[in-house]
Amino acid sequence: MRWFLVLVIVASTVQADVLQSLEMKRHGEVKDFRPGKLGRVLAGMAGRRYLILAVFFMAISFFAFMKLLTFADLSFAVPVTAGSFVLETIAAKLLLKEAVDGRRWAGVGLVACGVALLAL
Amino acid sequence: MGRLTRKTWILTALVVFTQAFGNFALSWGMKHQSQDLGISPVGYVEAIFTPWVAIGVALLIVWLLTRMMLLSWADLSFVLPVTSIGYVLSAVIGKLFFFEQISWSRWLGVSLIVAGTVLVGLTRPGTTQQETRELVAERV
Repeated sequence: MRWFLVLVIVASTVQADVLQSLEMKRHGEVKDFRPGKLGRVLAGMAGRRYLILAVFFMAISFFAFMKLLTFADLSFAVPVTAGSFVLETIAAKLLLKEAVDGRRWAGVGLVACGVALLAL
Repeated sequence: MGRLTRKTWILTALVVFTQAFGNFALSWGMKHQSQDLGISPVGYVEAIFTPWVAIGVALLIVWLLTRMMLLSWADLSFVLPVTSIGYVLSAVIGKLFFFEQISWSRWLGVSLIVAGTVLVGLTRPGTTQQETRELVAERV
């Protein structure tokens, strides 16, 4: 049950983040942070297909995480979901066409190792 | 510090704080539920309206929105490692509020995360140019 939930959390997190990032890139840089303008940005984003799908995957990830927290420690639950880091970076490079240079790969590697160590 | 750099770091700080404190409140609330939730959705919906879970959910909504703003100009492969400094904050919160012991391996983990965050923080936040953006838009 524990590892099944971890799998669900990781898979849906990757899906949600890639779709969310894709829609935000398509929208372009948010420049005006006044509440009214932000509300308009959000209203405009609300109907985007991939964003709706992203929210769906986020909800799955969230409820699976909540369930995991009822019997697992926070110090297990948070680090174990870091498996999504490397997968997401690969997806960012291949699907979102981001320029992932050496420094980013090294940084992601360090963070993933560090998060795994936190779980020990 | 350029306009975009300053904006990036302010948003990053907000993302990190709301996630760490949101997760803390959520964890605290879920551990103090009076009944086992099982798989019925009703239990979860009821749990959302208990105070600590509600605070956690509110903070995580702010986290989600600030992260969306950040992703509108910064790469996913930048945002992920840089905001992971929040794990360090979570460890500190765990020590302060749950009285967890922090072993040497955890401190090592914390240093690796800090190093990784600094390394990625040195790269340019956004690398997808307008042409790439249009290419991505056409492909889907």
